[in-house]
Amino acid sequence: MNKAVRGDWVQIHRIVLEAGQRAAGVPEDTARVPLELRAKGFLLDEEGVPGQEVRVRTVIGREVRGTLISINPSYPHDFGRPVPELLAVGPQLRKMLREADG
Amino acid sequence: MGRDLSYQAVMARKNEIMRRSTGIDYEEFSRGPLAFDYELMMEKTGYSLHEVRRIQAETNVGRTPLIELKNITRLVRALADPGKGARIFVKDEAANPSGSFKARRAALSVYEARRKGYRGVISATSGNYGAAVASQAAMRGLDCIVVQEVFDSRGRGQPEILEKGRKCEAYGAEVVQLTVGPELFYVFLLLLEETGFFNASLYTPFGIAGIETLGTEIAEEVLDREGKYPEAVVITHAGGGNVTGAARGLKKAGADATLIVGVSVDLSGLHMASDKDFNRKSFTTGHTGFGVPFATWPDRADVPRNAARALRYLDRYVTVTQGEVFYVTEMLAVLEGLERGPAGNTSLAAAIPLAKEMPQDAIVVVQETEYTGAGKHPGAQLTFAREMGVEVGRGDPRENRPGRAIVIPESPEQLKVEDVDLNRLRRSYIRNALESVNWKKLTSEEIHFLAQETNTNHDFVERALREYVSTGKS
Repeated sequence: MNKAVRGDWVQIHRIVLEAGQRAAGVPEDTARVPLELRAKGFLLDEEGVPGQEVRVRTVIGREVRGTLISINPSYPHDFGRPVPELLAVGPQLRKMLREADG
Repeated sequence: MGRDLSYQAVMARKNEIMRRSTGIDYEEFSRGPLAFDYELMMEKTGYSLHEVRRIQAETNVGRTPLIELKNITRLVRALADPGKGARIFVKDEAANPSGSFKARRAALSVYEARRKGYRGVISATSGNYGAAVASQAAMRGLDCIVVQEVFDSRGRGQPEILEKGRKCEAYGAEVVQLTVGPELFYVFLLLLEETGFFNASLYTPFGIAGIETLGTEIAEEVLDREGKYPEAVVITHAGGGNVTGAARGLKKAGADATLIVGVSVDLSGLHMASDKDFNRKSFTTGHTGFGVPFATWPDRADVPRNAARALRYLDRYVTVTQGEVFYVTEMLAVLEGLERGPAGNTSLAAAIPLAKEMPQDAIVVVQETEYTGAGKHPGAQLTFAREMGVEVGRGDPRENRPGRAIVIPESPEQLKVEDVDLNRLRRSYIRNALESVNWKKLTSEEIHFLAQETNTNHDFVERALREYVSTGKS
């Protein structure tokens, strides 16, 4: 499953500016690292494995080159864990309103 | 033979790329090195209020519900001195097609792009504006690219921005995701050049004229329902467009006496372009990291002359803390039954303490809400904050420390605003304006321009100039 074939939806990665090429005036921690780009598209090559240089066609039809990093990548963000500090807010506020109403 | 695509070469072609991608020749409005004719720019490149309404109606933007927050008002009155506790209303902008007021800004940009025959639009934004442009482009049949700053150098994405990227993709847009850094602008220019698409900037006159309808809707609806204009409208302030557009709309509707209050989340001390600080922010917009620099130098934007000029319109500017905004987000859900995104509730966090000090017959309007979902949610954002080593707990919000501690208030009485000294920002703007040109002596037209820009008068500007000369700073 670690191989993509032509037409698969993949994510690629490319270095836009190397660490030494960053714009003047960026903070030191940013200047020390490269500017990286990630994009997604349909694989144009016959096949590709992660780490390999590939070409993709984006959803609006642009051709972009980069290193394949993920095949059909998932969306990792979620609702997180419930926050006990916030769960306590509702009962407290409702009690205040009930007391205000007498 | 290809063009030189190096950073330096592309940045040097900036003005030419901008002219082609916006269709605006900003030189036309220039009045010397310092001044420009702001109203002429808004008039010539914007649309009349009537046209904006028609264009927005075509894509179902605007006419959002104005909801009275009756339970929150009751709570505020229970805490206020006798006779105090203004009525709080909220404009439910989450009801726009893409889930935020940004649909108003995008509606006009995308309409203009289509009218001028561009095949697609590009927007450089990590905010709700990307989804708004993508949604409007989908409706008008244009291609769309959104360029976002999403990841730190370890590849960790901000949950709020990951969600905005997903939403853009849902509307059929291509999303280009970058790591932290202002060179996003370089990638943006490269894409504009490669595609010949329209620059759907937040800061063109189209991006601002689109928000004016929000101000006029508030003025007209409150007048219609309550027989008067609101005493105050509270507006989340970042790049300045929201304040500028809403205030212009209120004034166009005749609500001249309505107090314009800008609000930002206090993120002082965190550097906006720092790889390390990037994921220690739990708000990616509506914060002081944009609010202060954009107020004091609007022309740092992605167009030569920013149409968002907050200092022209702000009557008061206040900050609130991250913990307070999460607290009122919970309050809005549990007392009013409205689950909305945290960043959009920044102005609600300020409206509560402001209403507490105002008479009961006064009306305060919170001017926006935004959609919520995975990533854009207190659970997602606070879980991520904890993973980044930020402490989350309850206590006194004054103990909140951006990037280190998010303190959720223990009671609604602790909600407060901190006033930002507007005169300090005005002097800072004047200093930045002087440093942007090779300043020797100002003409009276330039002094007049600076007075308009800072909503002050000639005396104020001349005092700031003398101070600048004598100390080298103001």
